[in-house]
Amino acid sequence: MPELTPGSRWASQVCTTEVIIVRAPDGDVDLECGGSPVVAVGEGGPNGPPDAEAAGGSLLGKRYIDGDDTLELLCTKPGDGSLGAGGTLLDLKDAKPLPASD
Amino acid sequence: MMLLEMATGGFADRVAVGSRDDGLTFADLFGRAAATAERLRSVDAGHLVLADVSSEALPALLFGASWAGIPFVPLNYRLPDGELRTLAGRVSPALAVAQPGTTERLDGLDGIGVVDRGDLWQDLSATRTTENDWGFEGEDVAVLLFTSGTTGDPKAAVLRQRHLVSYILGSVDFGSAGEEEAALVSVPPYHVAGIAAILSNVFAGRRLLQLPTFEPGAWVDLVRAEGVTSAMVVPTMLARIVEHLDAEGPSSPGLPTLRALSYGGGRMPQPVIERALDLLPDTRFVNAYGLTETSSTVTLLGPDEHRAAVASDDPKVRRRIASVGRPLPGIEVSIRDEAGAETPDGEPGDIWLRGEQVSGEYREQGSRLTDEGWFPTNDGGWLDDEGFLFVTGRIDDVIVKGGQNISPGEIEEVLLRHPAVADTAAIGLPDREWGERIVVAVVVRGDVDISPDDLQDLVRHELRSNRTPDLVEFVDELPYNDTGKLLRRVLRERLAHLGDA
Repeated sequence: MPELTPGSRWASQVCTTEVIIVRAPDGDVDLECGGSPVVAVGEGGPNGPPDAEAAGGSLLGKRYIDGDDTLELLCTKPGDGSLGAGGTLLDLKDAKPLPASD
Repeated sequence: MMLLEMATGGFADRVAVGSRDDGLTFADLFGRAAATAERLRSVDAGHLVLADVSSEALPALLFGASWAGIPFVPLNYRLPDGELRTLAGRVSPALAVAQPGTTERLDGLDGIGVVDRGDLWQDLSATRTTENDWGFEGEDVAVLLFTSGTTGDPKAAVLRQRHLVSYILGSVDFGSAGEEEAALVSVPPYHVAGIAAILSNVFAGRRLLQLPTFEPGAWVDLVRAEGVTSAMVVPTMLARIVEHLDAEGPSSPGLPTLRALSYGGGRMPQPVIERALDLLPDTRFVNAYGLTETSSTVTLLGPDEHRAAVASDDPKVRRRIASVGRPLPGIEVSIRDEAGAETPDGEPGDIWLRGEQVSGEYREQGSRLTDEGWFPTNDGGWLDDEGFLFVTGRIDDVIVKGGQNISPGEIEEVLLRHPAVADTAAIGLPDREWGERIVVAVVVRGDVDISPDDLQDLVRHELRSNRTPDLVEFVDELPYNDTGKLLRRVLRERLAHLGDA
């Protein structure tokens, strides 16, 4: 798959999930949703259900990170599939609330 | 656009802009943005210029320009016609949106079509489009903002999509606002805080209310009528709000719904913020420091830090009420000397900033970032031992007396601690012997008796003797621009007779 550059947007092949990359490590990352590789936004819609072990769903507006904290993405559209990388599910990132400044 | 689409996905039926009963929902706003993009494409506009106050159309125009992939260029509608036309001419070709009844101000410029905002808004409201074809290109220029130009010609600061999106993702939790929350924006659209407020509050899911022309009574009335929960003001606005609340006397109902009040965009006189903390005991205050070139806020003094500072007996902690707090996550601050080397701990210098939201780029002059990505702000400042940033003023305003660099902010901060000093500014005026002499203009609070000697002694005692003002001039008021920035150039002209010829 093409490189996961910050700002690039990806869509699930098995549900309505869409994400944008916030941070990504150098090199290849196999980003998945619902157990299947993601595709660039606009290149194919939901097609078949997510794998049972990756069907926890994605949440709108939440950040997801990998175990090494090198990959971070933001869910821009929610869906039924869970996000993962290289066969491991991503973790929900804890938000650190800041006071509103504007 | 991505931010608005997410908000629409999350809470389409919530009111996004306007009053609780008949405001625009997020779905309405999304539709108007789509219609704006369609209009912009149909006329091949290269830019969307706005010469208008804040209005219900503003957020849709901002997002619509982003949808169409062209820069949004809000201009200061208060400028004289000649200057307004010069700035608009710099971003041709464009579609210009004018305040109702003022299209003639921009008529006849090459490559610029002008439309009345009222007419445009009617058209947009009637347009139904189902297209959802926006793209996200991080390098697209989202906003061009002419910096206020208190010195020299205005420069057009370039903010790209990636800068604004980094700022929002780094500082706002998606959908974090409760349905009852409302934010009141009273800074104009050509101020970076006006743009940031739209993006932040849309992403948080918070209803936006606008006060196109600031007036303290109207501001207070709107907070009460609409149950406003958060607001952003510049220091001069807060001073007038405090005066207004004080004038209401003991029977004042206060502002019980106002949970958060942020201020920034200029120096805050200490007595004003202390009085505000007294008058609004349940409001959480935030001091935000940022520049146009940094996509708004880069450092924050938070609510607890405000209350801790005023309650503390430790002078170091107490002093932090005059600081701009600590950097946002993802922002680095470094204090540099004239050669660009980091100054020793606590020593003042030029504030340099680095982070994903920092643009530091101008349309004509290009990027001003160093090779390592630092933006030299030209603001002077220093960091205390826990990383609180104190901003002392523009480096250009430094007074050079007898070869010593003296920051006006340092002297002003000391003078503002005197109970009789309502406002003050220190400037350098020509001096045959010393190069420059230190002149302070002082606005006295009420009818307190105070002599120049008292103030000179105060500075001599608190700072070094070479910081002591040579002259103290009592004045009725200091000159500010309409977004609360002190105009030192104007003050220097007014007081020119106090310097050597």
